[in-house]
Formats: sequence, structure tokens, C-alpha cells
Amino acid sequence: MELQELTITFVGLTFLLYMGIAYQTRAKSSEEFYVAGGGIGPIGNGMATAADWMSAASFISMAGLISFYGYGGSVFLLGWTGGFVLLATVLAPYLRKHGTHTVPQFIGDRYLSQKARLIGVACLIIASITYIIGQMKGVGVAFSRFLEVDYNTGLSIGIAIVTFYAVIGGMKGITYTQMAQYVVMIFAYTIPAIFISMELTGNPIPQLGLAGTFTGTETFLLDKLDQIQVELGFAAYTTQERLSGFNMFVYTVSLMIGTAGLPHVIMRFFTVKTVKAARASAGWALLFISILYTTAPALAAMAKLNLMNTIENPMNVANPDYKDISDNLVYDERPVWFKKWEDTGLLKFEDKNGDGRIQYSADKSKSEMVKIDRDIMVLANPEIAQLPNWVIALVAAGGLAAALSTAAGLLLAISASISKDLFKEILRPDMTDKQELATGRWAMLGAVAVGGYFGFFPPDFAAGTVALAFGLAASSIFPALMLGIFSKKVGSTAAIAGMLSGMGITLLYVFQHKGIMFVKSTAFLGDMSPNWFLGIEPNAFGAIGAIVNFTVAIVVSNMVKTSDEDAAKMAAIVENMRTPERPGEELADTSH
Amino acid sequence: MTKEEYWNTNVKLIIKTLIIWFVVSYLCGIILVDVLNTIQLGGYKLGFWFAQQGAIYVFVFLIFWYASQIATLDEEYNKVRKD
Repeated sequence: MELQELTITFVGLTFLLYMGIAYQTRAKSSEEFYVAGGGIGPIGNGMATAADWMSAASFISMAGLISFYGYGGSVFLLGWTGGFVLLATVLAPYLRKHGTHTVPQFIGDRYLSQKARLIGVACLIIASITYIIGQMKGVGVAFSRFLEVDYNTGLSIGIAIVTFYAVIGGMKGITYTQMAQYVVMIFAYTIPAIFISMELTGNPIPQLGLAGTFTGTETFLLDKLDQIQVELGFAAYTTQERLSGFNMFVYTVSLMIGTAGLPHVIMRFFTVKTVKAARASAGWALLFISILYTTAPALAAMAKLNLMNTIENPMNVANPDYKDISDNLVYDERPVWFKKWEDTGLLKFEDKNGDGRIQYSADKSKSEMVKIDRDIMVLANPEIAQLPNWVIALVAAGGLAAALSTAAGLLLAISASISKDLFKEILRPDMTDKQELATGRWAMLGAVAVGGYFGFFPPDFAAGTVALAFGLAASSIFPALMLGIFSKKVGSTAAIAGMLSGMGITLLYVFQHKGIMFVKSTAFLGDMSPNWFLGIEPNAFGAIGAIVNFTVAIVVSNMVKTSDEDAAKMAAIVENMRTPERPGEELADTSH
Repeated sequence: MTKEEYWNTNVKLIIKTLIIWFVVSYLCGIILVDVLNTIQLGGYKLGFWFAQQGAIYVFVFLIFWYASQIATLDEEYNKVRKD
């Protein structure tokens, strides 16, 4: 079968599977809609959390980032996994014991404050919507490249599917669909990596292949990669830093606490029965995630080698002493994948010296690869390595699984927060279960509409969404949750002051050069050097925001006196969270 | 064991977990990366390995380790709890 037919078959079959599962497991009560009835086992929840967490960014973009940043790309690997240790130890078990359906609900309960709840809702909605835009873009790109339909048609199909199964399935349907999506995603990611690792090193396990030598030689893969990079004028792959070691440190902290503070991830831990299961499912989630995350560095390095090998010349990789650039790839003889990616505009060549051959160099005035979009590395990798068509089709299905599973989780977080925190708690406390369920479904449709709109008309801030989502989660939500569990003293005034100042300072730093909501004309402080604060880049600033949040909250809590009545209530809530469940105890659902 | 003793033991356990978490990622993967890179682990430089492989394996182990330790503590506490 042709590649396109194969891709349609694979993608079509997986979509049918997701819809079938969602229909079979659709939610019938609001309890099932928001927390799947609270009865998901730890392994199942771990798998669903892994799919929920690993988005188009993890699947499509991350290996590409590592390919080009080398060692500097480690911040994403460390940051996006290390957050789960924080989740398992300082957040998830206690939030589960408390027993809410949403993150703002916990903030409102613990700080006895509707204002704190509203700030939580605002953070959640901004973080989740920006995150959805990224998924929508991923869906559009995957469709437009692999099904060769235009971006808008692809996006429409994706939106229709995710709407169908998220709206009828609720958390229960989404949970089971995410388990299936995890399986599709992990095969789609590891199979090409196994093939490529076999090809280059003879070792079928990519994690070991990356430590190995080229088949039949004594040359280590990573040494060769370092050598080629340096020859072309780039920094050595295994030691290139991202700005500075200090910036990497701060960036990693931001991504870790941001991961732990993202509401759609935390929410998954409300679906298990016990505190014990919440802890265990964080472990399972990370185990499932680690399969992809430890494969990514191998895929990244091997893709980079294959790319340079294609451009430079076929013998270069196997022969360490070969340097003659007159054997570089002739542009007119470029492979099919090269042409197809050129059509998408993500790959561009310009024959600067007019010799008809492609030169790739760190020197921008000489390099003829004027554009290599990092996002194409994972998707193009199987083609660059000339793997069979079914592998390429599988990668397309995997990329879509990654984007859809995350989008569904985000939609649920938004709809739960709007119907529970805005309507049930503040606007219409007398809603029946049925009305609440309907409100949740309408809120989800609303979120799809907003996310979809931004997918069709990508705003200026599409590229900056990661900074915004992680910045808010790290600087505002994570400290509020952690203080709520580990301190009995911090009350509403202190928590609100902390959240607003942490969030404020982070947004200020992100927006100063990039413009408010990334509209360039509104950039201020334009005359200061970028990354002016200790050389920290804006995407990494969430950690600083979190420090500000913690400090302000603690200082204010020492200045403002909480009434004895409130202090007693808060202490009781904290005591309850910190105490383990009794054997066989069914955890109370305090949300009703 | 009182409520306070249970909580304090838990906090100590969390601190232990987070120290190892810090050592494998921030210390071995970022702060001491250049020093560790002088040691080879197959084709990997050791610091690079921690940053792109090793820390992640330790994270997985750490969560399961913490979960099993605290589960034992929960059991002990439940035997003597008074509330």
C-alpha cells in the first residue's frame, strides 16, 4: 500500500478505537464525568496520566529540541519527569485525601476564600487554553503532512474527534481512551527508534544503542556526533549548554514545579480510590513516561546523525577521517522526504555558493540549510532513515494520539473548573447533578470553540504558550497548593498576595520583551538586554516567581492575623489531609 | 505513634527522597556535569548520562521507594491511631 493509504488506515483505525472506547465507557453521572467515579486502579491511572501528560510537545517537539540543543536539551527531560517526584511526595496524596474534583476547588476550600478560588480558576483557564492551542497546532501539522490535506481540514477532523469523545465520555471515557492512546503513542515512538538504533549500532535497545559504537567500527556514536558538530562549527553535542549552567538549573526547577502544578495532571489523581493508590499511580505514570523520555535522547542524537549524514555525504558517518565536502548531497538528487518537507515550508534550502550541493554549517552566512524546523525531526526521522512505510504511518497515528489525549485532559480540567468552581460554588449553588453535568458539557464545547479558533488563527502568542502555561503553574498554583498542605498558618490574605505577586513578576518578565500576551508592539523595557536578570531566559522564570510567591505568602502570614475561628477550620482541613486513610476506608467526597 | 510523630516521620522521608532527587538531577546532571563528564560509561559521558538517562531511572525508583516506605508507616500508624 502507498504511504498515504497506510496512514489513513492507521489513523482511521485508531480513531474508531478511541470513539468505541469512549462510547462504551461514557459518563452517566457528574461524578463519572469529572473523576471517573473515583474507581480507577493505580496502573490504569498511571497509564492514562502518562498519555494525559505527554502532549504533542513531548512526542513531536522534544526530541527535535534535544537534537539541536544537545546536552542543553536535558532541561526538558529532567524538568518534565522530575516534577512527578514532587507530585508523588508533596501534592497528590494530600489533595486526594482532601477529596475535591478540581484544583481551584481545593484552593478555595483550604483558604476559605472565594477570591482565592477565582484566582485559581483564572490561572487554570489561561494555562489550559494556551496549552490546548499547542495541541491544536500539533494536530493540524500532523494531518496536513501525512494525509496531505490542508491544515484547516486536518484541524477540523481533529477537533470533531476530540469533541465527540471528550463531551460524551467525560473523565471516565477519557481515562480509558487515554490508556489506548498511550499504547498507540509508545509503539509509534519506540518502533522507529528500535529500527534506527539497529541500523546504526546493531543494538535494538535505543537507550543502549546511544552508548554504543557504529556497527563494525570502534567509533562511539556520541563521539562522532560531537566531532561532526564541531567540524561544522557548532558546539559539541554532549556538552553544549543552554545559555549557562545556572540558567539550565533555574529552567529545570521551573519545569519541574510547573509540571507538578499543572491542573490537568493533578486532576488525574482525583480518579483513584485511595491515597495509597494516588502515590503508586504517580510511580506508574512516571514509569510509563520514562519509556518515551529515555528513548527521546537516543532518537534525537540518531536523527541528527542521520540528517547530517544525508546532507553531508553517505560515507561520512562510518568513516571518521572523511572530510571532503565536495561529496555533499546534490540538491537535485535530494530524497523525497526532503521535497515533501520543503513543500510544508518547514525545511528551506538556498544555494548560496551556486555549486548545486547542500552545505550545512553553524555559520549562518554560509549555511545553505536556511531553515530546519526542529518540530520535523521526529516526524521526518523514519523517512530520513528509510524505514518501511507502515512505520511512518504509525508515527502519524502516534503524534495524533499524543495531541488528542492531552487536549481531552485539558478540556476536562477547564469544563470541571467552570461548572464546579464558577457555577456550582459561586453563581448557582442550587444546581442539580444533572444540570451540573450539562453545564460541564457546555463549558467543554466552549473550550473547544476557543481552542479551535486559536488553532485556525494562531495568535502571536502561540510560540510563547509553554512559557505562559508553565510560568503560571509554577509561580502561582504550585506554591499555593504546597503551602496549603505544609503550613497551617498561611491563610487567604497571604495565599492571595503570594499568588498574585508570583504570577505578576513572572508575567512581567515574560512579557517585557515579547509584548503583553506576545503582541510585539506592547513590549516594554525594550532597551534592557534580554535575559537581564542573572541571565535567566523568560521561559525559565517560573522558579523565580515561585520563590517570590513563597516569600510573600510567608511574610504576609506573619503580619496578618487570621480569626481564631478560621484558623481552627484551616487546621482541621490540614490535619485531615495529613492523616492517612484507615484500612479499607472509602475516601469521603467532600465536594457535594 | 501520635499524629505529630507520623507527620514528622513522613516529612523526614520526603526530605530524604528530595535529597536524592536533587543529587541525581541538579548535582550530577547540571552542577557537577563537567567533572563527571571526564568519566566514560560506554559511549556516554557520565554527567551527560545522568542528565539524559540516569536521573529519570532514579526518579521512577524514588517514587516507588517512597510509596512503599510511607505505606509501611501508614500501617503502623493505623494500628495505634486513636481518632
